[in-house]
Amino acid sequence: MSMNSLITPRRKLLRAGFSVGTLGLLGGCNLTDNDPVQTVLKAMSRWNDRVAAAIFDPNKLAPEFSEAEAAHPFRYNAWYGPELAPKLSASDYKLSIAGLAENKKPWTVEDLTAMPQVTQITRHVCVEGWSDIGKWTGTPLREFLKRIGADTTAKYVGFECADGYYEGLDMPTAMHPQTLMAFKLAGQTIPTQHGYPFKLRVPTKLGFKNPKFITTIFVTNQEPRGFWTDRGYNWFSGT
Amino acid sequence: MSSELEVQQHALPVRLSHWLMAFAMIIMIGSGWRIYDSVPIFPFTFPYAITIGGDVGIALARNNDPGVAGAIAWHFAGMWLLLISYLVFVGWGLVTGHFRRDFFPVGPRSFIADFIAAATFKLAHKLGEYNAVQKVAYLVALSAVALMLISGIAIWKPVQTYPLEVLFGGFQGARLVHFLGMSVIVGFMVIHVSLVVLVPKTLVAMILGRATAKPHAEKV
Repeated sequence: MSMNSLITPRRKLLRAGFSVGTLGLLGGCNLTDNDPVQTVLKAMSRWNDRVAAAIFDPNKLAPEFSEAEAAHPFRYNAWYGPELAPKLSASDYKLSIAGLAENKKPWTVEDLTAMPQVTQITRHVCVEGWSDIGKWTGTPLREFLKRIGADTTAKYVGFECADGYYEGLDMPTAMHPQTLMAFKLAGQTIPTQHGYPFKLRVPTKLGFKNPKFITTIFVTNQEPRGFWTDRGYNWFSGT
Repeated sequence: MSSELEVQQHALPVRLSHWLMAFAMIIMIGSGWRIYDSVPIFPFTFPYAITIGGDVGIALARNNDPGVAGAIAWHFAGMWLLLISYLVFVGWGLVTGHFRRDFFPVGPRSFIADFIAAATFKLAHKLGEYNAVQKVAYLVALSAVALMLISGIAIWKPVQTYPLEVLFGGFQGARLVHFLGMSVIVGFMVIHVSLVVLVPKTLVAMILGRATAKPHAEKV
C-alpha cells in the first residue's frame, strides 16, 4: 500500500475533501459509517474471503515474466518511509519459530541462506492498483516448513515482523510452490527497505500479504491477524 | 398516424432488476472512484466528496488509510448485487424476447437518421417504442456492464484468471478498460436520466409498470 506517498500534502488534500464531502453530499449525516451498514459490509467481506479461498487453485502457478519486464528499482511501499525500515544485521538476527512445529530452534541468516534456492520473476499486485515485476531468489516456504517439522495439516502460518507488521497465510497458499522466502531481489541480497534478511514473496496474494523483516514464523489453527486486515482489507486477498 | 394511446409497459422483474442495477452501479462507481484515486491512471482524481467508502478523516486518523479499505468493501459487496441484477435483467430480456422485440432490428442507417433527427430536436418520442439511437444506447450500456464484469474479474483475480488480463493487454490494461467502461456507463446514465426528465412518463412506467400517452404528445 502506498501509504508513504499519502502522508504529507496529499493527506491535507484528502482531509479538505472529506470536510467538503460531509457538509455537501451527506448534509452532516454519515450514510456510510452507521452500524447496520458496517455489519452488512463486514459479512460481505467475509463471504468474499470464502469465495476467494474457493477460487484459489493451489496448483495454479502465477505468471512468470522476462527479466526485461522487471522494475528497477522495485517500488518501495509501507506506511512509513524507507529510511525508517528496520535495519537488521546478520550478526544478531534470529528467526523464531512458534506454534505447531517440532523444531523450534531459532534460525540465523547463515542457516536460512544455506537452504536450496530458486529464482522467479513474478508480479507484485497492490490492492490500490499499481503493479511491479521483480526477480526474486529464495527458498520455497514449504521447504522451510518441512525443515521445522511444521504440522502442515494446520490451517494457517502466521508472521510477526521487526517493524510491528503482522500477517498470515492459509496453509494451501503457504504450501504453494511459488511462495518464497526471498533472500535476493534482482540477484542481489535483498535491501533493508525490502525486508532484509528476507521478504515473504507470495505472488498469489495482494502485495500487503507479502510481509518483510520477518522475525517469527508460527503455525496455527487460529486465523492469524493481518495488519491491513485489521484496518478493513480482506483477509484472504488472493490474486 | 394512429390515434390510439401510446403504452409503455415494464414487467416486474425488469423494473426490479433495473432499479437494483441502478443502485449497484452508483455504489460501484462511487467506490471505484475512490479506489482509482489511490493510484490514478490519468492526471486527475475524483473529489472525495463524490466517492463512496465511509469517512476518510476517521480512516486516515485511525489507520493511515485514505478510506480505500471502506471503498473496496463497498465495491466487493456491490459487485454481487450488480452481477445478480444484471443477470436477471439480461436473462429476462433474452428469454421473454423483450430484447429481440424492442432492441432489434437496429442498423447503421436507422441509427444515423434517428441520430440526426434527435440532434436537431425533430425526433418524436413514442412511448413504448424505442428509436434507433435509444436501441443502440441500451445495447452499448448493457455491453459496457458485461465488459465491467469481465475486466473486473481480471483485476480482482489476476493470477487465477490470468488469460483474461492478457486479453486486455495485461493487468494495467484491464484497469484502463475498467475505467473506460465506467466512463461509458456514466455517460449513458447522464443521457438516460436527462431524457427521463424530458419524458417523465417513462419514469412512471419504470416504477408502476405501465404508462400511457396521447400520440406524439411529447417531443425530444
